[in-house]
Amino acid sequence: MAYSEKVLDHYNSPRNVGALDKKDDNVGTGMVGAPECGDVMKLQIQVEDGKIVDAKFKTFGCGSAIASSSLATEWVKGKTLDEALQIRNMDIVEELSLPPVKIHCSVLAEDAIKSAINDYKQKQQAK
Amino acid sequence: MKTPIYMDNHATTPLDPRVLDVMLPYLKEKFGNAASRNHSFGWEADEAVDTARKAVAGLLGASAKEIIFTSGATESNNLALFGAAEYYREKGSHIITCKTEHKAVLDPARWLEQKGFTVTYLDVNPQGEISLDQLADSITDKTVMISLMAANNEIGTLHPVEEIGRLAAERGVLFHCDATQGVAHMDLDVKKMNIDLLSLSAHKIYGPKGVGALYINRAKKPRVRLTPIIHGGGHENGMRSGTLNVSAIAGFGKAAELIRREQPAETARLLALRERLHQGITSQLDFVYLNGHPTRRHPGNLNISFAYVEGESLLMGIKEIAVSSGSACTSASLEPSYVLRALGVGDDLAHSSIRFGLGRFNTEEEVDYTIGRVVETVNRLREMSPLYEMAQDGIDVSKVQWGPGH
Repeated sequence: MAYSEKVLDHYNSPRNVGALDKKDDNVGTGMVGAPECGDVMKLQIQVEDGKIVDAKFKTFGCGSAIASSSLATEWVKGKTLDEALQIRNMDIVEELSLPPVKIHCSVLAEDAIKSAINDYKQKQQAK
Repeated sequence: MKTPIYMDNHATTPLDPRVLDVMLPYLKEKFGNAASRNHSFGWEADEAVDTARKAVAGLLGASAKEIIFTSGATESNNLALFGAAEYYREKGSHIITCKTEHKAVLDPARWLEQKGFTVTYLDVNPQGEISLDQLADSITDKTVMISLMAANNEIGTLHPVEEIGRLAAERGVLFHCDATQGVAHMDLDVKKMNIDLLSLSAHKIYGPKGVGALYINRAKKPRVRLTPIIHGGGHENGMRSGTLNVSAIAGFGKAAELIRREQPAETARLLALRERLHQGITSQLDFVYLNGHPTRRHPGNLNISFAYVEGESLLMGIKEIAVSSGSACTSASLEPSYVLRALGVGDDLAHSSIRFGLGRFNTEEEVDYTIGRVVETVNRLREMSPLYEMAQDGIDVSKVQWGPGH
C-alpha cells in the first residue's frame, strides 16, 4: 500500500507531539481507541476565552492514525470549541487521501477531538 | 551496502544467479515440451526435468520417482489433503493439523470439514510447540492423516518432525509435512522421519516462483496413494496433469542442489546473524518480546514485538528495510496474526510484532544497519506513544479499561 504525500509528511514530521498538563482546568484530554485494536490516540487541547490556543497529541497506531491525529491538532488550534466540533472525519480522509481501510483512523481522530472538548466542558461545569 | 535491504525471506527469496543461469536456456532455445517423446526438443526438456527431479529427491532422501512437480507449495498441500481425503474416504474421515499451520493447509482442511470430514486443530504452547501427547490422544481409528509443518512461516518454531513421523507410523496414519520453510535448514530424511507426503516450494529456497513439489512415499507398504485434483493428460504419473514448467523445474533442481551442498554452513551463518540482530536490538531497547521458541526455531527467523509501538508505523519508519508485521493494519483482513493469537500473544503485542526473515544474501553489515534503524525508529515512535507514556508513569496498560475500539 502506498501512502499519500501528506500522510508521509505528517508521519515524518508530526505536528504538536507532546503532552499538556491534564490536571489544568483549561486543558481537555481525550483518549480513544484500544491497544487490542492497534490504535490509541490521546489528544489534548488548551482553551482560553472559548478558543483552542494549543493542542498536543500522542498516538499508538499506524502511519495513517499518526497523520490523522497530527492533522487534527493542527486544525483545532485557533478554533472555538463549536468550530472544532464541526470537524468531520471525512474532512480528514479527504485532506490525507486515506484509502477505505484507513477510514477508521479518521473516525478515531474525530472522536479524540470530541472527547477532549467533552473533558474540558466537564471540568468547567465541575468548577 | 545497498538499500532497500531485503529481510523478508519467509515471504519469498531472491533468485540465486546460479539458478537463473540453469533456467535461461529453457526459456530460449531449449523450449521443448517435456512430454514430446519423438524429437530432440522434447528429449532435452525431459532430461532437464529428470535432473531436477533427482536433485529435489536427493535433498529429501527420497527417490526421483517419488517427486511430483506442482505449481507451488499451496498446490502441493491441496493435493496432499484433498488427494488423501478422497482416496482414503473408505478408511476414515478424520484429519489432524494444528492452529498455527499455513493457510494453504488450514483452508483445505476447512473445506474438507464442509464436505463432512472432521478436523482436529492441535493447540500450541506459548512458544508455538504442539504436545505429542495431545497428538497421540487425537488419533482415532478414523484418522487418515496428520498434517504438520516443519518450520512455522511466521514465528519459525520447528515441529518435532521425527517424533511425529514415528507416532504416525506406529498408529498407521499418513504424515504430511509442509516443509516449505524448514527444508533449507534441516537434515531432512523422509524415510528415516517416516514422512509420507511432503510439500516444497522453489521460491522459498532461492528458486523461481510458480513451481513446487510433492513427495509421495512409494516405498511404504501398502503404497501411499492420492486421488489427483488436476486432470488432463496424465503428466507426473497421472498425479498432476499439465505441461511441465521446464525452466522453473530446472531452476528448482539447481536450487535444491545448492541447498544440499551449502546447508550446514549456511544454517550456522544465519544463526549467527539472527542472534546478532536479536542481541543488537534487545541490548538497546526495553519491552521487546520474542515470539516463538528461543532455540527450536528456523535460523533465519526473528519475530519480536516492540511493546507500545504499532507494527505498521514501525515498518513505515524503516521503509528501506523490507520486513513484515503481524499487525492487522498490514493485512487485508484487519485481524492480527492468527498464529500469534494461537500462542496466546495478546492482540496489543500482535499489533506490535515484526518478522525479520534473514536469508542467503543478507550480510552482517545489513544486520548492523537494521539494528540501528530499528532502535532509532522505535525510540522515536515511543516518544509519541500514549501507551509508552502511561507505562513510564507506572500504569499497567493491560489493566486500563479501554473504550470501544474499531
